[in-house]
Amino acid sequence: MSSPASPTQPDVAQHRDYLYRYALLHLRDASRADDVVQETLLAAVESPDRFSGRSSLRTWLTGILKHKIIDVFRKQARETPVDAPAAIESDEDFADLHFNKQDTDHWHSFPTTWGDPERSLEQKRFWEVFDQCSQQMPGQVARVFHMREFMGLETDQICQELSITPTNCWVMLYRARMNLRQCLEARWFAGAR
Amino acid sequence: MLTCRQVSHLVSEAEDRRLGLLERWRLRVHLKVCEGCRNFQDHIRFMRRVTHRHPILRDEDKE
Repeated sequence: MSSPASPTQPDVAQHRDYLYRYALLHLRDASRADDVVQETLLAAVESPDRFSGRSSLRTWLTGILKHKIIDVFRKQARETPVDAPAAIESDEDFADLHFNKQDTDHWHSFPTTWGDPERSLEQKRFWEVFDQCSQQMPGQVARVFHMREFMGLETDQICQELSITPTNCWVMLYRARMNLRQCLEARWFAGAR
Repeated sequence: MLTCRQVSHLVSEAEDRRLGLLERWRLRVHLKVCEGCRNFQDHIRFMRRVTHRHPILRDEDKE
């Protein structure tokens, strides 16, 4: 039985632009983003009865899209089981980027205070810098980071989806945060003080 | 005493798993005396708090 709230094709199409921006944020590839949005709209129109009306239509569509994006992530992770050695440094090489081995593993440059960083959030430019910084992450690091921080998945869910160990997951998140932190400090907070 | 490098790992992992008693204790001892790592912890927690407030994600509430 079709509920009165069942969304129609024009209803769901209104959210296309938003869904596209959401997909692009995660996939960083225009044609892939287009594909998953297309699949999402199709899935929604084919089973409009699944929309319960308990959440907004946009939230429902986002939920479908999220699953499609995770499907893409899973495929990508399978195609490159461990990131190609050239694309990702060893633990030691990665540490050398941030720490000074001669000096009992101290920071190359000490993290300095960011003052009241919350104030940056309303600034459009902050998020542009944030995007530029987060887009520098290599594939697997980016996938784990997006699932954890943007989508709010728990690490055991991420491990399961991407078939990686918890330790591997923690290392990926560590690298993502180290790089993002350093980039934000250099390109935003150092100048903002 | 843990090195800053070890501390950076623990600070990050504390966001994803429950640290052991000994780990927490050693972390606390280091943070007490190391301003750089305290700042680092603030930054990691800030990034974790705010990433999901990205403008594109906030648009989910706009209709």
